[in-house]
Amino acid sequence: MKNRFEIEFSALSQNEAFARLCISAFLLPLDPTVNEMSDIKTAVSEAVTNSIIHGYEGIGGTVHMSAETDENIVYIEIRDKGRGIEDIEAARKPLFTTKPDCERSGMGFTIMEAFMDKITVVSEKDKGTKVTMTKKLRG
Amino acid sequence: MNINYKKDGATLLVTLGGDIDHHTAQEISDGIARSFRHSHCKNIVIDFSGVNFMDSSGIGMLIGRYKETEIFGGALAAVSVSSELMKIFRISGLNKIIDCYDNARLALSALRGE
Repeated sequence: MKNRFEIEFSALSQNEAFARLCISAFLLPLDPTVNEMSDIKTAVSEAVTNSIIHGYEGIGGTVHMSAETDENIVYIEIRDKGRGIEDIEAARKPLFTTKPDCERSGMGFTIMEAFMDKITVVSEKDKGTKVTMTKKLRG
Repeated sequence: MNINYKKDGATLLVTLGGDIDHHTAQEISDGIARSFRHSHCKNIVIDFSGVNFMDSSGIGMLIGRYKETEIFGGALAAVSVSSELMKIFRISGLNKIIDCYDNARLALSALRGE
């Protein structure tokens, strides 16, 4: 059975935990393993944090998050209307960061890629960024 | 986020509780850095037994603390790292610069050279 939710929230750092809580509650009926749940929560946290820090550069905005489940496959979309990513290929490389002074590790996309089965990133300068992630729950 | 500090010889034992994300990482970084400076220690041991979640914000926070201990010729060690957190340690290479122990007693003994 398909199931879906969509929310939007302010691009504030305290909402990173809120986003993790939402995806956890939504996926709980599918009975994912502790590791699967942890992987998905971490990937969501990375994408939402990117929108807050890089998309809106901490000045605020709205982050949209939606998720859909189809049997045991999870689709998650996180998007913002922020400044966008100029070079997506560079941004997805490990240790790439535009904020080296802020103790940012530049590992966000690497973790999303490692923890999910597939991620796609669509971004346009000054228009925003959309990250789509897929993971099959194997139980 | 709960942070507790305890000095053991040349080592500052930091016990964390809660989530480590972008929202909390700065507070943790600032807190540990301040306590480390005042403690006159050279090593830091971070106990993760109360940490429910950590994303890449924790990597930056830990690398920052590793660099501070390095300045004093000390070491950064981690305690009670769950299998979920260990995945992040391995992907980022943190496990190559931070020794991990099952409990604080073992970490403190190792840093005392016992």
